[in-house]
Amino acid sequence: MSDNDALPPSAPAEEPAANGRHLRALAERLLSGSGPLLGLIVLSAVLAVLAPNFLTVGNLFNVFQQITVLAVLALGGTAVIITKGIDLSVGSVLGLGAAVAGWTFATAGLPMGVAIIAGIAVGALAGLINGLLITYGRLPPFVATLAMLSVARGLALVITGGQPITGYPTWFRWVATFRLFGVIPVSVLFVAALFVLGSMYLRYRPTGRALYAIGGNEEVARLSGINVRRAKLKVYTAAGALAAVGGLFLTARLNSAQPTAGTTLELDVIAAVVIGGASLNGGSGRLAGTLVGALIIGVIRNGLNLLGVSSFWQQIVIGAVIAVAVMTDTLRKPAGG
Amino acid sequence: MSEQPLFTARGLRKAFPGVLALDGVDLEVHPGRVVALLGENGAGKSTLVKILSGVHQPDEGTMAFEGQPYAPRSAAVALDAGIGMVHQETNLLPGVSVMENIALGRLPLRRGLIDYDALRQHAANHLDRVGLGDLDPATPVARLSVGARQKVEIAKALALEARLLVLDEPTAALSREDAEILFELIHDLRSQGVGFIYISHRLYEIPRVADAVVVLRDGAGVAGWSRGDVPTEDIIQAMVGREVDEQFPDPPDSVGEELLRAEGLTRNGAFADVDLTLHRGEILGIAGLVGAGRTELARALVGADQLDAGTVRLDGEVVRLRSPEEAAQAGIAMIPEDRKEHGLALDQLVRDNATYPMLERAVEGGVVRPSALNRLTRQLAERVELRGSPLQTAATLSGGNQQKVVIAKWLPREPEVVIFDEPTRGVDVGAKQAIYRIINELVLQGKGVIVISSELPEVLGLAHRVAVLSRGRLTGELPREDATERAVMQLAVEG
Repeated sequence: MSDNDALPPSAPAEEPAANGRHLRALAERLLSGSGPLLGLIVLSAVLAVLAPNFLTVGNLFNVFQQITVLAVLALGGTAVIITKGIDLSVGSVLGLGAAVAGWTFATAGLPMGVAIIAGIAVGALAGLINGLLITYGRLPPFVATLAMLSVARGLALVITGGQPITGYPTWFRWVATFRLFGVIPVSVLFVAALFVLGSMYLRYRPTGRALYAIGGNEEVARLSGINVRRAKLKVYTAAGALAAVGGLFLTARLNSAQPTAGTTLELDVIAAVVIGGASLNGGSGRLAGTLVGALIIGVIRNGLNLLGVSSFWQQIVIGAVIAVAVMTDTLRKPAGG
Repeated sequence: MSEQPLFTARGLRKAFPGVLALDGVDLEVHPGRVVALLGENGAGKSTLVKILSGVHQPDEGTMAFEGQPYAPRSAAVALDAGIGMVHQETNLLPGVSVMENIALGRLPLRRGLIDYDALRQHAANHLDRVGLGDLDPATPVARLSVGARQKVEIAKALALEARLLVLDEPTAALSREDAEILFELIHDLRSQGVGFIYISHRLYEIPRVADAVVVLRDGAGVAGWSRGDVPTEDIIQAMVGREVDEQFPDPPDSVGEELLRAEGLTRNGAFADVDLTLHRGEILGIAGLVGAGRTELARALVGADQLDAGTVRLDGEVVRLRSPEEAAQAGIAMIPEDRKEHGLALDQLVRDNATYPMLERAVEGGVVRPSALNRLTRQLAERVELRGSPLQTAATLSGGNQQKVVIAKWLPREPEVVIFDEPTRGVDVGAKQAIYRIINELVLQGKGVIVISSELPEVLGLAHRVAVLSRGRLTGELPREDATERAVMQLAVEG
């Protein structure tokens, strides 16, 4: 008897206990949605006290701008993790997308618009191959995308000959540099729009909801008439395309396509998603949470920079934050079920 | 029965490599009728259900549904045709809302976006049909009781306009009251013309729910009655093909001195102030309704949950039970109710499952010898009458044999107190008898056994003494001779 599960409507004698349970349920509900957000607020408050120049409009937009690339990749990463998958290749695909765009523009001499499309298309193709390996090739996502991590990085190095590609049109660099009213970076607006669209998609499109069903129980999803393979192909393709978009943002910001760009970024992506409350066991996760997760990482880096803490120590702090964030989430749930 | 049958199957045969799973089975279900499909595990029930639901295709034979030839190639085809499945373990997504579960794969759209108002309304309509009209459709399934989940699953099938529902062990996880509510629901739906195929190991339910009975053995239909009130002995005889002296071996005359004494056991929110004693050679049954705190009490006794108050003495010595490891060392073991989750690593070999707690005994020359493991496993298998090879995976065993592996694992540690939580859930008749024999052997060796079961006849049939919990309190203890079903229920609803 799993008596724990029972919420008997027939337990009127236990009023106080029932009330307590409701209160606890309410508190859990509030916390589960905004736990990461609370963390972000506390973190920001602490940094605001320690570093006087942290809490300025200009600096906050700096934080946003610094996490744009991470956020774009984490958008796809959230969808992948909701399906109980993982994508280790996005850092490399970022580099590949940037390299392809750079090569198309600088070496092939085609217009930058074409180069952008080529970069994103190659990213999507890499993601599609991940998806095919996972669905038809029956590889575990970890293995398929680990393979792609290596292949995509190698291709990026081959295409660029290992050298950065520089010298892009002004309008392209504008994506990373222009600030609306002198404060709001356009790149931030662009990412915000992507997140709004993505959230709508996950909530209001059947294919978006299907990702939660697949992550919750793939067999149930399949028996309900959901095309699991197609959904997975879409998710990994989107993750690849978004990784390439991230690569273009990075290229615009640096005015240079580095073949090694995005190395180990896939780990930051996973960190942002799990700090944001998604479970690697699939079936749960929200883009708002992921955005907060990415912001937490961004705020830590920015704040520690302002405090003059070395980047070596930043890594240690971020590692601790990942563990603490996920622990507060799992420890809140009853152990043993 | 002059009306046209809802569903017919004729001469279904299906062979898997090495096994003839179905050997010419006929089946007929009329609208508004409930056909009980019975048989031991491995008799062919699941194969038949899988053919019905399009997961397998028959090698020979035909089926017809509503007068049309019916040969589903996939599960989706069966669902679309109007045949719904409600499985033993519910197939709902726990983290997802009730309404989305009901409409999974068919969410209503408006201008390409999910129409949550329509979704809620749609779900509410179907929930109303299964008696869950008060449930908020946005509730995540994880918050529902097992009984409510079962009803949601039926609502989901009805939402697909199922005219034939296959219920596979629907009451296995339900309390008596919830099962009773389910039977009433089945009764209502019958009057709406829905036909049922009802699979259950709880034979006493059959007269209550069925209009016809079909018994399978070794892949063939061996008996059929076009009425539901078939004597249980007749059904059992058809199932096993021989006379089985029903059902519970009398507990041996083995009760000795006091072994375990628990006083004032309290775990906040689960149970309070429970006193228990257990003697050597005694089987103590613990009865109670769902939510009475039986499982919680057992979990606390083996240290899986912490006690807030109370002491436990074994042979007069106070023992501390802060973890299952400590409890095991003190000599208290539990065979958990959910063997798939807590008892077995399903993908691993029977041998490995059975011998994890005793690997050091298989060490020869500093390394674990597989041959020694096999030998140990065979010795254990003999003690629990396990059918199967040490080298097959646990997942390929029947429920009864899986349960035996879980039991076998504990035997070498020689626990003094063994707690069985739902020892025979989802287990067939033959394996049940074997498990009862194991329990009796344990008490003959002077161990104390506690049996928790939602099947009241089982508790009454096995135990020397029955303790009854109600809402987390001990409301009474009855010696075997006074422990009638009625007396126990009286205590179970008290408090």
